[in-house]
Formats: sequence, C-alpha cells, structure tokens
Amino acid sequence: MDWGTLQTVLGGVNKHSTSIGKIWLTVLFIFRIMILVVAAERVWGDEQQDFVCNTLQPGCRNVCYDHFFPISHIRLWALQLIFVSTPALLVAMHVAYTKHEKRRRFRNGEKIDIEELKNEKIHIRGPLWWTYTSSIFFRIIFEAVFMYVFYYMYDGYQMPRLVKCDAWPCPNVVDCFVSRPTEKTTFTIFMLAVSGICMMLNLAELCYLVIKICMKEPRKT
Amino acid sequence: MSWGFLRDLLSGVNKYSTGVGRIWVAVVFMFRLLVYVAAAENIWKYEHDEFECNIKQPGCENVCFDHFFPVSHIRLWALQLIMVSTPSLLVVFHVAYRENREKHHNQKLYRNPGEIDGGLLCTYLISLILKTGFEIVFLVLFYKLYNGFKIPHLVKCDVRPCPSTVDCYISKPTEKMIFLYFLVATSCLCIILNLSELSYLIFKYSLKCYLKRYMKKQQ
Repeated sequence: MDWGTLQTVLGGVNKHSTSIGKIWLTVLFIFRIMILVVAAERVWGDEQQDFVCNTLQPGCRNVCYDHFFPISHIRLWALQLIFVSTPALLVAMHVAYTKHEKRRRFRNGEKIDIEELKNEKIHIRGPLWWTYTSSIFFRIIFEAVFMYVFYYMYDGYQMPRLVKCDAWPCPNVVDCFVSRPTEKTTFTIFMLAVSGICMMLNLAELCYLVIKICMKEPRKT
Repeated sequence: MSWGFLRDLLSGVNKYSTGVGRIWVAVVFMFRLLVYVAAAENIWKYEHDEFECNIKQPGCENVCFDHFFPVSHIRLWALQLIMVSTPSLLVVFHVAYRENREKHHNQKLYRNPGEIDGGLLCTYLISLILKTGFEIVFLVLFYKLYNGFKIPHLVKCDVRPCPSTVDCYISKPTEKMIFLYFLVATSCLCIILNLSELSYLIFKYSLKCYLKRYMKKQQ
C-alpha cells in the first residue's frame, strides 16, 4: 500500500478530465509524487540522526530539533499531495453515480445515448461541471494554504545550515547544525516551483471551463 | 502481506455500500491509511533510538521508554485501522453466502444478492455498530493510556534501575501530536459518517415498512 493506490484512483479520473487536467495529473505524478518517493524521502531520511548540536547535554538535541522542525517538510508535502488529490475523488464519485444512473435508466427502457454509455466518456456539463469546477477551486485553495504554511513555519523556503537554540535543557545558546541544508533547499524550491506550476494549470483549467460555459450560454439564447 | 490486503478488502466492500458508506471508504483510504503509510509511520520509526535520558545508567532508558510507552501510538493506530475495517467483511461474507445459496438451489432466491434488504440489512447495521464501537474504544484507549492526546517534551522517570528521578526527552513531540490530532479528527469524522449511515438506513427501512403496512390496511 503506497502512492500506487492513489495513482490507480486518480488514473480513473483521467478519462473524464479536460486536457489541462490530464497535464496536471501527469505533473502531479511525475514531478511531485515520484520525486517525493524516490528522492526527497532519502534526503530527509536521516534528519534527526544527523541533526548535531554543540553540546553533550542529553535531551538538548531532541528539544532543539522539535523546536525548529515542528513538522517535517517531507510530512507536509505528503499531506499536501493527499489533500490536493482528494477533490479529484469527488469527481470520480460523481462520474460513478452518473454512470450508475444512466445504466439504471437504460435498463428501465429509457432512450439513452448508447455511444456515450459504450465509450464510457461522460461530458463535463450540468451538475458534473459544478463538481469538476469546485474540485479545481478546492485544489487551488489547498495548494495556496500549504505554500503559505511552509512559508510561515520555516520563515521562507531556505534551510539554514546553523540554528541557535536555547530551549531548556540546553545550558546556554547552543549551535545546532542541520544535515544537508543545500540539498534540502534545492528540493524545497523545486517542490515550490512545481506547486506553482500546478496552481497555474488549475487556474488555466478553471478559466477554460468558465469561458466554455459562457460561450455555450449565448448560443443557447 | 501488507496494507494492500486492507486496500483490496475495502475496494470489495465498496460495491455493496450505500453512498455514505462509499464516502467512509474514501475517507479511510485517503486520510487514514495513506497518511499512516506515507507520513506517520516514519515519524515513529526511530522513537526508541531517539528517546534520550539524562543519565548514563545502562538499562534506565529502556525501562523508562517501556514505562511511558507500553504500546506505541503507531501500533495502536495500525490496530485501529485493521479493527475498524474488519466488520465490513461481515457484509462481504453474507453476500457470498447468498450467492452460494442461489447457486446451490439453482434458482433466483433474491432480487439481487448485493441489495441491502432483509437479512443483509441486519448484517450491514451490525457492521456499522461494530465499526463505530471499535472507533470509540480505540479513542478512549488512546486517551486513557497517554493521559489525553498531548505528547510532552520531557517525562520524569524514577523506575529502577534509574538511580533517581531522571529527565527523559521524547523525540519529535510536536510532529507526533499534530498527527495524533489528525488521527482523532478523522476517527470522529468516521464515527459521524457511520452514525449518519445508520440513522439513514433505519429511517429508510422503517418508512418502507410503515408504507407497506399502510398500503395493506388500505386494501
């Protein structure tokens, strides 16, 4: 059980997404989930073991580490990915419900577009449009919230080499050294850039959907 | 044998659930199982190695760790996930039994073996009650074992062979607390979903029963 299950679920949503949605999914899988699992987890793997403080006082290191890293980057990214992927589940559920309804009506003898049922492609209109648009909106909100949380918690996106700690039981102001700060900064900026790209893709998709529905309205009237 | 088995079990249960039941499965997958495997497990990975006491006495750290963490949070979490997912098996077994019976008698005994009516409704309601019960039991267990859902930075330990009251420092207490609160929040959400599904089913079928009786009286 790992990110593979998420991949299966989201892969199902892929069929019913717009083109921009498909690009977003690809970016999510390759540049975020895969990078997280294959690279970032190794970089942060030994973070507390290699967090070294210039003191022999037992407990000082634990307390300083906890003070400067209340929640690790890697965990925040995992949570961000989970939250950002969840709205797509809403779309998957709506599509499943729509298909179920169509099959029920078909069985009861109503005339249904058989081609659409056979191809299993549902067009994004009506209530599904609202579900899809809300899911994109929530994705944007979650991305923004997590980017802000990162900024707020770590005073920017740079990992310092040295932090000065005077939490009890450290006897005085003690120098503590973070392991692999440059590598961590590189990955933080990379993940930030990809988050930004995903947000822009989501905004573009939102605009596209709104414009599409606005262009349909005048034609109807 | 790993969490993949639980994932397959829950996917199987999805077919025979109501709408709220499917939301419950999605919440358990995304916010509990996936968070556990992708994030929480690693926080508690080196908890014993990183548990440090201000003393050189051999054995003191071991004894203190064991005294303050009889069962680790992460193990309780895993047990909770397993116990909470298992009652859904009752429904799967009952549907399999129905299908088996139909095959055995070689005739259509049920309108749809997977439809929630009659005996299957009882099984489904029992599974919901069991799920809710397990959630509450584990939440109470967490609360009682660890004096609330807080994780302190420091615990004072005076168990033998520690020569006196010794300061012991827990690793990553803030991160652990954040994830514990996350666990509690998702458990409560699941309890609410289960209770709503229970009320919805009871209401729906009482109404059905009542209408049937009313129609009969009219006739």
